[in-house]
Amino acid sequence: MTAIVEVRDLAREYRMGDERVPALRGVTFTVHQPEYVAIVGPSGCGKSTLLNLLGVIDRPTSGTVSIAGERVDQLDDARATEFRLRRIGFVFQRFYLLQALSARENVELPLAEAGMSTRERRARALELLEYVGLGRRERHRPSQLSGGEQQRVAIARALANRPALLLADEPTGELDARTGAEMIALFERLNRDGTTIVVVTHDEDLARAAKRVIHMRDGTIVDDVRVDPADRRVEPVGLAPEPHER
Amino acid sequence: MLATLALASLLRHRTRTVLAILGVAVSAAMLLDMVMLSSGMRESFRGLLLSQGFQLRLSPRGTLPFDTEATIRGADSLLAVLRARPTVAVASPVLGGQLHFPSRGATVTASALGVEPAVQGDYELVAGRQPTAANEIVANDATLRAIGHSLGDTVHAAAGYDPQLRTYSGERTLRIVGRVRFIYLALDQRAVALPIGTLRAMGGPASADRISLAMVKLRPGADVERERAALHALLPRVTVTSTAQALEQVDQRLSYFRQLAVILGSVSLIVGFLLVTTLVTVSVNERIGEIAVMRAIGVHRWRIVGQILLESSALMVIAAPLGLALGLVTARWLDSILARFPGLPERIDFFLFQPRAAWTALGLLVISGILAGVYPSWRSASLPIAVTLRQEAVG
Ligand SMILES: Nc1ncnc2c1ncn2[C@@H]1O[C@H](COP(=O)(O)OP(=O)(O)OP(=O)(O)O)[C@@H](O)[C@H]1O
Ligand SMILES: [Mg+2]
Repeated sequence: MTAIVEVRDLAREYRMGDERVPALRGVTFTVHQPEYVAIVGPSGCGKSTLLNLLGVIDRPTSGTVSIAGERVDQLDDARATEFRLRRIGFVFQRFYLLQALSARENVELPLAEAGMSTRERRARALELLEYVGLGRRERHRPSQLSGGEQQRVAIARALANRPALLLADEPTGELDARTGAEMIALFERLNRDGTTIVVVTHDEDLARAAKRVIHMRDGTIVDDVRVDPADRRVEPVGLAPEPHER
Repeated sequence: MLATLALASLLRHRTRTVLAILGVAVSAAMLLDMVMLSSGMRESFRGLLLSQGFQLRLSPRGTLPFDTEATIRGADSLLAVLRARPTVAVASPVLGGQLHFPSRGATVTASALGVEPAVQGDYELVAGRQPTAANEIVANDATLRAIGHSLGDTVHAAAGYDPQLRTYSGERTLRIVGRVRFIYLALDQRAVALPIGTLRAMGGPASADRISLAMVKLRPGADVERERAALHALLPRVTVTSTAQALEQVDQRLSYFRQLAVILGSVSLIVGFLLVTTLVTVSVNERIGEIAVMRAIGVHRWRIVGQILLESSALMVIAAPLGLALGLVTARWLDSILARFPGLPERIDFFLFQPRAAWTALGLLVISGILAGVYPSWRSASLPIAVTLRQEAVG
């Protein structure tokens, strides 16, 4: 098993004027390929802070983060950007698609940034949209899509450059139960197809779908459990899965 | 894709975009007008001074051409000296004065120039011919209108007039053989020209052998400055002014105009700059969440800056030609108002369109507009991603 994420003594303090707010106080864990990890815990316990450090959009106060064998905690902006582009897929609670672009163009954006030719990236974007079940909606603008559909476009966008790690912060946070269930099924399928996933969530169903749950409190890990597959109760949802190899 | 995003963001707020374009166009127009104003009068004076090809002007020592009523004595010998010089192609004498025309019980007074018609450089014929015979005269439209005569008519004229006694002196009957336009005079200024001998004869002993001014055209290849210095040394009673010097004089007198133009031009440049900075700041602030997401998924900083700059330069590229057109229209309009400025030669333009200056002005504006976008766009592209996303998710 290759280690995708290696976190050692990770700490992150925010400064509010003179006051220091310790959001993470020394967190250590490892995630292997292709694990599916849920991070849960009460509000304010540091889940998003941790995810942002894994996603290389923030820097720790101390400790180290390695992703796919590369130290990423002290990268400069240009390298961090390049790393995010090639190795990380990020899905946010709000769907955060670019409103001016169509579904397909949103997925094409990281491909274009990575320098893929127009023809190639168009084909790849279509393939990804089909994978998330939106092949027919490629021309639609985000405003013409439902919340669940927008989130699926966001997932397709996160997968565009075949990242080593897919990160999601409350991906079902703004979705209703049914759409949330579709999302859970999609994540399971992604994981089955080989994607390593770390998801932060309050959603018990989503957490239950994961194979490992990290419990946090007050900036530390208080429990780390591997879920027995037999224990899992998630109803499969008809998402019309498209055949896809990864 | 960058272009799509830039265009989309411009189209998202159509009214705002249109208003910004208009604002920038107005400031571009103002800038262009000021550039035209700062160089326009100078250039058109230059054109005026050079239009007849005379490079040197001789006036009574210590004066500028036609600045005073002083005249030069010994005109004939002076002209003989000039014409004997190998470098001199043409020497054209001018005697300034006044003629009075009794007309319908009143007296119309006009400036009169005594010239050698064959070599004169003070007027252009509009109709008729040069006043070659001693009793011939040419006049401009303002004069013809005032005295109620036209081409071919015979008129009565006097060099002297005593308004108290209502008596005339130096009277002659002259035939109007040409309708002319005086190059250095305002359109509504009454003026006539006639052979210098006739004007001298009418003026009596006081004007015998005198001229107000001599204009000199040099042979091709002659060094104007050297010839000026030579004439200055040779002729102690005159001041020799070259076109370059005359322009310097004009320049000094126009320095207020130029300062005004520079100040107003800078102001419009600053206004354009601030307008674009404001627009970019506002538009970037609206999209801060979108920008943070783009950064989070791996879009490089400079590409975001590029997209925003593309946006502001698109504004500029649309606004610039609009400003150019607007500037030309307002310049023409202002010029037509200022053309009625009393005492200025008809041909003087306050606003002169010189393509290079205009493009410089607009280039300056476009560059300043783009520069105005650099800072806010770079700042927004450099915001901490995680913090921005967090704030945007809450907001
Ligand atoms: N930019 C910041 N400046 C100051 N304090 C911050 C900042 N970001 C987070 N915090 C604080 O750090 C702590 C952890 O925040 P974090 O967002 O990681 O929690 P969370 O577990 O994701 O909570 P939630 O479940 O509500 O999303 C909180 O106390 C929060 O107030
Ligand atoms: Mg959170």
